Amino acid sequence: MNKTWNNKAWFLVLPVLLLVAFSAIIPLMTVVNYSVQDTFGNNQFFWAGTDWFSDVLHSDRFWDALVRNLIFSFVILAIEIPLGIFIALNMPKTGIGVPVCLVLMALPLLIPWNVVGTIWQVFGRVDIGLLGHYLRILGIDYNYTQDPVDAWVTVIVMDVWHWTSLVVLLCYAGLVSIPDAYYQAAKIDGASRWSVFRYIQLPKMKRVLLIAVLLRFMDSFMIYTEPFVVTGGGPGNSTTFLSIDLVKMAVGQFDLGPAAAMSIIYFLIILLLSWVFYTVMTSQDAKS
Amino acid sequence: MARITLDHIRHAYGPKPSTDKDYALKEVHHEWDDGGAYALLGPSGCGKTTLLNIISGLLTPSEGKILFDGTDVTHLSTEKRNIAQVFQFPVIYDTMTVYDNLAFPLRNRRMPEGEVDKRVHDILSMIDLSEWAGRKAQGLTADQKQKISLGRGLVRSDVNAILFDEPLTVIDPHMKWVLRSQLKRLHRQSGFTMVYVTHDQTEALTFADKVVVMYEGEIVQIGTPVELFERPRHTFVGYFIGSPGMNFMPAAVSGSALVVGDQQIPLEGQPLTAPNAKLELGIRPEFVRVAREGMPISISQIEDVGRQKIVRASFQGYPLAAVMSEDTEIPADPRVTFEPAGLNLYADSWRVEAGGQQ
Repeated sequence: MNKTWNNKAWFLVLPVLLLVAFSAIIPLMTVVNYSVQDTFGNNQFFWAGTDWFSDVLHSDRFWDALVRNLIFSFVILAIEIPLGIFIALNMPKTGIGVPVCLVLMALPLLIPWNVVGTIWQVFGRVDIGLLGHYLRILGIDYNYTQDPVDAWVTVIVMDVWHWTSLVVLLCYAGLVSIPDAYYQAAKIDGASRWSVFRYIQLPKMKRVLLIAVLLRFMDSFMIYTEPFVVTGGGPGNSTTFLSIDLVKMAVGQFDLGPAAAMSIIYFLIILLLSWVFYTVMTSQDAKS
Repeated sequence: MARITLDHIRHAYGPKPSTDKDYALKEVHHEWDDGGAYALLGPSGCGKTTLLNIISGLLTPSEGKILFDGTDVTHLSTEKRNIAQVFQFPVIYDTMTVYDNLAFPLRNRRMPEGEVDKRVHDILSMIDLSEWAGRKAQGLTADQKQKISLGRGLVRSDVNAILFDEPLTVIDPHMKWVLRSQLKRLHRQSGFTMVYVTHDQTEALTFADKVVVMYEGEIVQIGTPVELFERPRHTFVGYFIGSPGMNFMPAAVSGSALVVGDQQIPLEGQPLTAPNAKLELGIRPEFVRVAREGMPISISQIEDVGRQKIVRASFQGYPLAAVMSEDTEIPADPRVTFEPAGLNLYADSWRVEAGGQQ
């Protein structure tokens, strides 16, 4: 085969290449640069090899944050995915209810993340917050600033409130794409409500669900703003997730070397887990 | 298996229909025989799918009743009516195997697994998918998928009726022919009442014992293929069935003859028509003879369609088509005669019976 080589084609790739270089590759290389060197300011750098990496990997602080983050991601996926599917199944398919529901669903997604945090921070306060105050009146000993369990519950409920909509909207998009004939055929075949869900709706939602799980996993695994605004990572370190810990280390303590090493480890973990999720969830397609 | 009675059924999609125009389906009052093969034929939007969905129970008619074997089922759900339906586009359960797809309607009705296996294998061999039984239904081609849909419609042996909604649209031409013959055979073997919706006259005429022709929400004729061909009750039937369709030209009655332009065409009896009705003469191209004798025409085009040729001509200023065998010679000065058996008179689009009554 004769291929025509036209080097001008590279110019067409160039804009994308530059964009990705400046937005991703160069910053990442800077981080790599910091992670293998030590600096005391004045632009003086000393080679540190893999010291920072082994420091991070041997610190309890890192592993604790990682475990907390994994538990958090697992819990919110376990709540938001089934809840999102459930809401999407019950949303109206026609009529005035459709735009109303869609707008209501989209609202939490439109609110800036730090505002979400502030809303819940105020909402949960025991002195002036609607939630905190009335829980107290009902006799529930709730205080997210002092009790780690309360702090966790608050952060999780906040995340469910904020992000379940995304799952709902994705699932809804999958559901409305199912032609009516499927439901009619299922009726005629005498299928139960569960069979309709299991054999028609779930298979048709599979692709969007995969995206929903991936997005929600990645987002929850790098969650920062909302818990930082609400709890600041406390009480103690009980809601200090990986990214909160990372910012404390890099900006709070100015330990650039360990922070850079941690960033890279963090990045690799997300990459690995996303790949595992994707492979597991798409493996069934490959088989058939 | 059941006799289907459509008792004064009308349907409108909008709320509060007032004029006839608001009805997607104008009044239907008919009884369809148990074990008959019916085809609903008509162009898109003529109400045939509406009528089918009323029979299957996916729609409840605005007015009237539907009865299976004399039992009112108007308000029964689709499952309770015990019918099967095959849709225009393949509906398959992606995650199941071909076998499970066919077994699904039976298992939902708690049929013992032994019987399920027997039925499914019968159907698999009928639709020629036996070797694919264990395959996931997802990766199959469109016509294999549609065969599965057909198979699912046929798998239950206790259904009242099987309804087909343009089921062969996505099937390639050769397979269409094969499946249609199989359906016809199956109909003879099983004696199911079958209702087949299509806009393709060939499909309707080859499949059905009785063809129900629909036009603008109305049933214009129910008849055997021969009746539709020889005695179309409505100009639409004449025009829609046959290729090319029936020739129509404005006419007037004078005694016992028809007058078209300045030509007189004798009739067998004197037709009785309303005074102000719009009269038309209808004659199928197959009954038009082009020869040296008769009334003058001018030929504009001759189309060769294999064994036959179609002559396009102008008769008294009106277009006229004639079908003749390939070896018929067309004279230089062509003239035309109409076979009396093929003459039909229409008043306001409805056929006038010769000899009197309308």
